[in-house]
Amino acid sequence: MWFPRLASDRVLRRHPIDGPFALTLRQANTEGVHCFNMEAERQGLYRGMSFTDARAFCPNLQSRPADPVGDARFLHVLRRWATRYCPWVGIEGDDGLVLDITGSAHLFGGEPMMLTDMRQRLNRAGLTARIGLGDTRGAAWALARFGEGRAEAGQPHDTLAGLPVAALRLEGKTVIALQRLGLRTIGDLEGAARPPLARRFGPDLLLRLDQALSRQPEQIAPLKERPHYGVRLSLPDPIGLFDDVMAATSRLLDQLCAKLKAQETGARGLCLTLRRVDQEAQTVELRLASPLRDAARILPLFERGVGEIDAGYGIDQMRLEATQVEPLPVHQISHMSSGRADRLNDLISRIGTRIGLENVQRFLPADSHIPERGFIIAAAAYSEPGGPWVALRPRPLRLFPPEPIVGAGPRPPERFRWRRMCLTTARATGPERIAPEWWLPDENWRSGLRDYWHVETRQGRRLWLFYTPQNPGWFVQGEFP
Amino acid sequence: MTAPTDIPLPLRNARVHEACGPGAVSFAVVAAARGGDVLWVREAWQTEAINPVGLSAFFDPSKLLLAQTKNQTETLAVAEETLKDGAVPLVIIEISRPLNLREGRRLQLAAQAGKSTGLCLIPEGMGSNAAETRWHCTPVFDSGDSTLMRWKIIKNKSGTLGSWHVRWNATSHRLDVVSPAGERPGSAEASD
Repeated sequence: MWFPRLASDRVLRRHPIDGPFALTLRQANTEGVHCFNMEAERQGLYRGMSFTDARAFCPNLQSRPADPVGDARFLHVLRRWATRYCPWVGIEGDDGLVLDITGSAHLFGGEPMMLTDMRQRLNRAGLTARIGLGDTRGAAWALARFGEGRAEAGQPHDTLAGLPVAALRLEGKTVIALQRLGLRTIGDLEGAARPPLARRFGPDLLLRLDQALSRQPEQIAPLKERPHYGVRLSLPDPIGLFDDVMAATSRLLDQLCAKLKAQETGARGLCLTLRRVDQEAQTVELRLASPLRDAARILPLFERGVGEIDAGYGIDQMRLEATQVEPLPVHQISHMSSGRADRLNDLISRIGTRIGLENVQRFLPADSHIPERGFIIAAAAYSEPGGPWVALRPRPLRLFPPEPIVGAGPRPPERFRWRRMCLTTARATGPERIAPEWWLPDENWRSGLRDYWHVETRQGRRLWLFYTPQNPGWFVQGEFP
Repeated sequence: MTAPTDIPLPLRNARVHEACGPGAVSFAVVAAARGGDVLWVREAWQTEAINPVGLSAFFDPSKLLLAQTKNQTETLAVAEETLKDGAVPLVIIEISRPLNLREGRRLQLAAQAGKSTGLCLIPEGMGSNAAETRWHCTPVFDSGDSTLMRWKIIKNKSGTLGSWHVRWNATSHRLDVVSPAGERPGSAEASD
């Protein structure tokens, strides 16, 4: 099954566009055409041509940047969909699927019916697909790309003989060399003597030929199904009491945690969906500060969210899914590994359910001599406590946005008013000159250099003042203990 | 006169205390320097930030967790939750409006349940009746030293009131209680 326009079909499914359309991909410093629709092909575009040429060919071309990662993800979605036909589905290149339908074709009423079904479904989804069906993987590949159709069982030769040699999954160089020899079709190649071919092109060519004509076996490697972390529960009678819902959640959690344990993973985010009798669905989302798979520790975290749910006429279906999963290998418990970190993480999760997990923060040191940038504030759930804190000079305990005071000259004023207080300078230590970081533009440092003074006032307050020599003015920025 | 040894520190465990005055934050960090994790609950809109670089003279800032809340209701909810849990030995709560009796009592009960200590930093004159002790802290100018502070206990449920001059010893990381020179009982206000 080959999707010649997978990338553009994917984009056009979401935003349908009439007229020529192409996706561009930046490669080797040029904007190239990556994928285009039927309309654009009619205008003479081809894959890999430069985007400027394409615009010249077709002035009303609409374009959009390509997203190869998204396309790969979409192909995996299609792969999962294709398991409705057979369990053995693999991925072929970046725009094809390979299905081993041995023994499952009769479920759809035979091979032709199955192909019709596939085509109809893909058409409805807005995807261009070319499907080839053959005894071997090689034959199916050739048919999908060159001459769509289906090879009769047992006679791959008849169908394939007319196809060009490029249908054998060969490199471009080999194909050109074969054409120069006059071997244009698979039938020609089949008729030629084998030893000289092997000597000239290596064993690869003949291997591909044999694979296509079922003289050599070739396997399909189906992709492993990703573990699915979702469990659900349907109830015979609707429930609405808090305790009942929590009991049901506990059952779901037990199942989910068993799954997580089997995979040695832990949930980082959970989503509980409660479907009410009137088809309304309500969700409780939970984010955890550390990966967890301990039902007894997760359950109390749901209490708050479940308490806020409006049960209406009752809930009759519940689904619990781990939306975010991280590896969590089994740890050896020793007397050294106390539960302190666990308790702290539980606490962070619990506070996080109320104020949001990103609002529980911790300080991390940063390498900057600008006082406001000497530290980073990071979400505690997604960071580890960080390394040494060095204060080369005494730094204030509190920092606030600079508050201007009246003063003149480079020495701190004798008396000044700050926050409606009259203060008298008793001792001033300084200046400590800090220059702005020119490589990072900062609004607050527009005024240039700063000379910082540690000023102790007779009234007791110990303040951090600075003077800006390039733009004369005095400001208070912090307070010492 | 109060003797230097009488100072009721460290703060009584499993209770909630209060500190006010311009040196309240210094009081809080000295209390936090006792060891263990600290959770600092504050409202996100406040512009006066804590500077961890300055904090490092007192204790390791990696032990500090910060909870930024939307309003005081959230602040109190987070504080109660944390006090009840007991995983964090000291919770510092920045208060912006006075607590009523019910809120103060709830914090006390939570601290009792979790055996952890709470410390509310209150604006002056906004104390709650439920607090175990209330401290008024002011920095004091001293010609030879730049960490001198006066800590006055203005409410104490299980002891007497008093006033002490203290200074922070940054090398040994401990608090020295000093007797102020040239001051007689009753002349504590004279230095202002």
